[in-house]
Amino acid sequence: MAVAGLAVAAFATPAAALDISGAGASFPYPVYAKWAEAFKKETGNGINYQSIGSGGGIKQIKAKTVTFGATDAPLGGEELEKDGLVQFPMVMGGIVPVVNIDGVKPGELVLDGDTLAKIFMGEISNWNDPAIKKLNANINLPSQGIAVVRRSDGSGTTFNFTDYLSKVSADWKSKVGSATAVEWPVGIGAKGNEGVANNVSQTKGSIGYVEYAYAKQNKLSHTKLVNKDGKVVEPVTKTFQAAAANADWNSVPGFAVVLTNEPGADSWPITAATFILMHKVPANAEHAAEALRFFDWAYTKGGALAEELDYIPMPANVVSTVKAKWASDIKDASGKSLYSASK
Amino acid sequence: MADLALQNSGLSSSASVDRSRVLTRFKVGDATFKYITLGSAVTVLVILGGVIVALIEGSMPAFQAFGISFLWGQSWNPVTEKFGALAPVYGTIVTSLIAMLIAIPIGIGTAIFLTEICPPWLRRPIGTAIELLAGIPSIIYGIWGLFVFAPFLQSTVQPFLISLFGPIPVLSSVFAGPPYGIGTLTAGLILAIMVLPFVASISRDVFETVPAVLKEAAYGLGCTRWEVVRNVIIPYTRVGIIGGVMLGLGRALGETMAVTFVIGNAHRISASILQPGTTISATIANEFTEAVGDVYTSSLVALGLILFVITFFVLAAARLMLMRIEKRTGG
Repeated sequence: MAVAGLAVAAFATPAAALDISGAGASFPYPVYAKWAEAFKKETGNGINYQSIGSGGGIKQIKAKTVTFGATDAPLGGEELEKDGLVQFPMVMGGIVPVVNIDGVKPGELVLDGDTLAKIFMGEISNWNDPAIKKLNANINLPSQGIAVVRRSDGSGTTFNFTDYLSKVSADWKSKVGSATAVEWPVGIGAKGNEGVANNVSQTKGSIGYVEYAYAKQNKLSHTKLVNKDGKVVEPVTKTFQAAAANADWNSVPGFAVVLTNEPGADSWPITAATFILMHKVPANAEHAAEALRFFDWAYTKGGALAEELDYIPMPANVVSTVKAKWASDIKDASGKSLYSASK
Repeated sequence: MADLALQNSGLSSSASVDRSRVLTRFKVGDATFKYITLGSAVTVLVILGGVIVALIEGSMPAFQAFGISFLWGQSWNPVTEKFGALAPVYGTIVTSLIAMLIAIPIGIGTAIFLTEICPPWLRRPIGTAIELLAGIPSIIYGIWGLFVFAPFLQSTVQPFLISLFGPIPVLSSVFAGPPYGIGTLTAGLILAIMVLPFVASISRDVFETVPAVLKEAAYGLGCTRWEVVRNVIIPYTRVGIIGGVMLGLGRALGETMAVTFVIGNAHRISASILQPGTTISATIANEFTEAVGDVYTSSLVALGLILFVITFFVLAAARLMLMRIEKRTGG
C-alpha cells in the first residue's frame, strides 16, 4: 500500500506543484485574483499575483524574478525589443469622471474633453461657467466652486486619464502632460480609487475620476462625455468594448494602444486596457507555458467573472490576434512554440 | 565570587588548582560577555552606516541631475522629470509643528493631572487609555481620520475657523478656505493625537521619579499646587520631558500612513493650513511603487535622505540642549 501511495504521489507531484508567479499593476488585481482562484479549482495549478504597481511589475519581469509582469501603461516597441519581451492586453476597464453637485443625478451632466481639461487645470473653477452651461442647457447648475479631486499615488488610472486630456487639449499636453503621476495644477490628492471616491462623495461641488467599478459601487454621479466623433456617450460595457474594437491594435508593436479618445460613434473616450509582459524565451519554459494556459483560460472562460467585477473582457478579434502572437513569439530554448505545445 | 570564597575555606593543594581554573573560567566568561555586548553595539553602528551609505548612493542621480538646488526646488513633475524637495520638506515641518504645539501642553497637562491631582481610582483607567492610544497602528488613525475626523472638521471646525479669522489680516490667509476637510491642519491634528501618548506617558514616568520629600518640603513652605509643579517638578524632570517631546517629534516627522490619508497630497506650499500639502514620507509612500525611471526613483530616495538628515539634526539639537541645561544646573 505504501509503495502504491508513493508511486501515485510521484506521478501526481509534477502536475500539482506548479505555482506561477506574476507581479505588477494594482488596477487588475481583483480580477486576476478571482481568475486565479477559479483556475486553481479547475487545474490545481496556482497563480500567485502580487499587486505591487506597474513600475514594480516592469522591474520584476526585467529582472526575471516572475513569470509574468503586469502594467497599465504599455511599454513601447523599442523597450520590448531591448529586453526581449512580449506584451499583450488582458482585460479592460473604463475610467469615468464623477461629480458631487446637489440635484445632479448619475449620467445627467455632460462634459467634453476640452472642458474636462480646463476644470482639472483650474481654468474653469465654477460649476455655472458658460462652457459647462453650454453643454448642459437643461440642468440648473449652481454657482459653486469646483473642488478637484485626483489620485495622490502613482497609478495606471492617472496615466490613462492624463493621456486622454493630453490628446484632447494642447494646453494640457504642454503644461501638464501624461504619466502615472503628474504635477497637478489644482486639487487635492486622495490615495487609491477608493480615496478619490470617498473624497468626492464627501465634498460638495467636487469632481474626480475613478475606475467605473468604484463609481458604481459608491453610487457616485458619473458624467457622460462627448467622444471623438462628437457623440454623447454613457459609460457602459458596450461603449468600453466599442472603444477597444475600434482601436487599431495591429499598427503598434506589443499592442501598445492606449484606448483613449478612440474613434467610433459608440466609443467611451477614457477606456483603459491593462497589459501582461512575458519573456520571448522564458527562463522556465514549463512555468511560461502554464501561464499562457491561464491567460488562454481567462480569455475564453473568464469573461463572466470579469464582468461581475465591472471589468470588460477583450473583444474576440483582439483575443485571436494575441493568441497568434503567442504561438509565433513565445518559445522555449530549443525554439519550440510554448503556446501550441501547451494545448 | 561568593561560591569561590566558600570553596576556598578549606585550604589544600587541590583547592588551589581549582582556584586558578575557576579564575580562568571567570576571565573567559567576562571577555566573552564584553565581546558579545561590544558586537551588539557595533552592529547598530554598522546598520546605521549601511542605511546612510545606501541613501547617499541611491540619491546620487537626483543630486547629479539637479545639484544642490534640489533642496529648494518647488516643482515636482514626473512628466518632465523635474524634482525639488521644498514642498514636502515644508509640509513635514509644518505638520510636525502643529502636532507638537498641541501635544506638548496636553501631554504634560495629562501627566501632571495623573501624578499630582488625579484620585487614585482614576489613575489606572486614564494611564491604560494613554498606552492604548500609543498602541493603535497608524493605518487605523489614517482610516479614522479620513472617514470620521476629516468630515467632522469639514462641516464644523473649518468653516468656523474661516469665518472667525476671515477679518483678521494675517490669520485670514493662514485659515483661507474652502474647507476640504483634509489638508495640512487635519494632518497636524491627527499627528497630535498620535504623539500625545509619547509625551504624556514619558512625562508621567519622570514626574513619578520626583522624590516625595522635595514636594513635601515645598508644600511645607506654603507653596500652592501650581507652584510645586512649576518650581519643583518641572525643573527636576526637565531632561526627561525633553526626551519624551523629542521622541514624539521623531514620530511626527516620519509618520507616513495616517498623514498620507488626510493631508491631501499636493506638492504645493500654501499659506493656508486648510489647503492640501504633502510630507516627505507621504510622497515616498504614494509614488514609490509606480515610479519608473532612474531620476524619479532617485529623487524619492533623496527625499528619504533629507528626512534622515532632518531627524538627525533634531536629535542632535535635543542632545545639545540637554547638555547645556545640565551644565547650567551643574547636574
